[in-house]
Amino acid sequence: MSRIESTTFRDSFSVSFTVGLYGTAFGAAAVANGFSVLQSCLLSLLTFSGASQFAVIGVLGAGGGAISGIATASLLGIRNGLYGVIMAPRLKVKGVKRVIAAQITIDESTAVALGQEVRGESAMRQGFWLTGFGVFLFWNLFTVAGALGAQAMGDIRVWGLDSAVPAAFLGLVWPRLQSNKDRILALICVVFALAMTPILPAGLPIIATAFIAVVVGLSK
Amino acid sequence: MNAFWVATIGTSVIAFALKYAGHNVPEKIFAHPKIQSINALIPIALLSALVAVQTLSEKSKLMIDHRLAGVGVAMLALFLKAPFPVVVLSAAFTSAAIYNWL
Repeated sequence: MSRIESTTFRDSFSVSFTVGLYGTAFGAAAVANGFSVLQSCLLSLLTFSGASQFAVIGVLGAGGGAISGIATASLLGIRNGLYGVIMAPRLKVKGVKRVIAAQITIDESTAVALGQEVRGESAMRQGFWLTGFGVFLFWNLFTVAGALGAQAMGDIRVWGLDSAVPAAFLGLVWPRLQSNKDRILALICVVFALAMTPILPAGLPIIATAFIAVVVGLSK
Repeated sequence: MNAFWVATIGTSVIAFALKYAGHNVPEKIFAHPKIQSINALIPIALLSALVAVQTLSEKSKLMIDHRLAGVGVAMLALFLKAPFPVVVLSAAFTSAAIYNWL
């Protein structure tokens, strides 16, 4: 393996393994929120997008309906579509390979690929595939572990799992709060969602904040 | 089929459809800066709302309990630039300690 490839490999592996570990938190949280072990594993295999997966289990766990859960998860999944737009001209694949590439188009595979830009287009492709497959492997393995673990735990509050889920969301949103505008938006959405919780059916206060994001995005 | 199955399958189908659609549309459609900006803001809005609702509500009631302490410690850990597993574990530990012993 050349020096360029080993750097790409190291980047891909460290991201894959670290991110994959969070699969434990997802599997445990899914079971804690009422999903079966099988459903938790299917979400990791088929949805394969951390934020969307946490969102759907979060909404249903809070008493929201399936449609609210699907809508919130899907709004978070839109960005994977945009990553696909960025990656497609660089990957140049068709047919079954394009289907596989689409499934592993997530934050991490796109980020590592873009991080290899200085090393050329073939390093970008390697970074994308290695990270995509790597995260897929570890994320799914650790989801099974977390789901089985949580199933064995019984009352999740005894283990603090009911706080681990919002803490995981906080960990996901934290790095995105780069500017004051981002922080103000976050604060508005927190206040709005809490104020609407006793009024709107469960799940809707969360989805409704997407419209606040659109309004803030359009106004500048 | 119960809500959990509908949610599992529905989320999965749409998640893949969004990813695959992205690979099949021309890049220039999404080049508009407003679209890029909205795309960056939507996760902030939804994730912040999820943090709040999961920490401070039970069904449709607002409630302050052990979870707020757990998430508060998670926020402190994030301020101190702790890695993700430390953030989640410190929240779980704090929350469990208060729930079990207070």
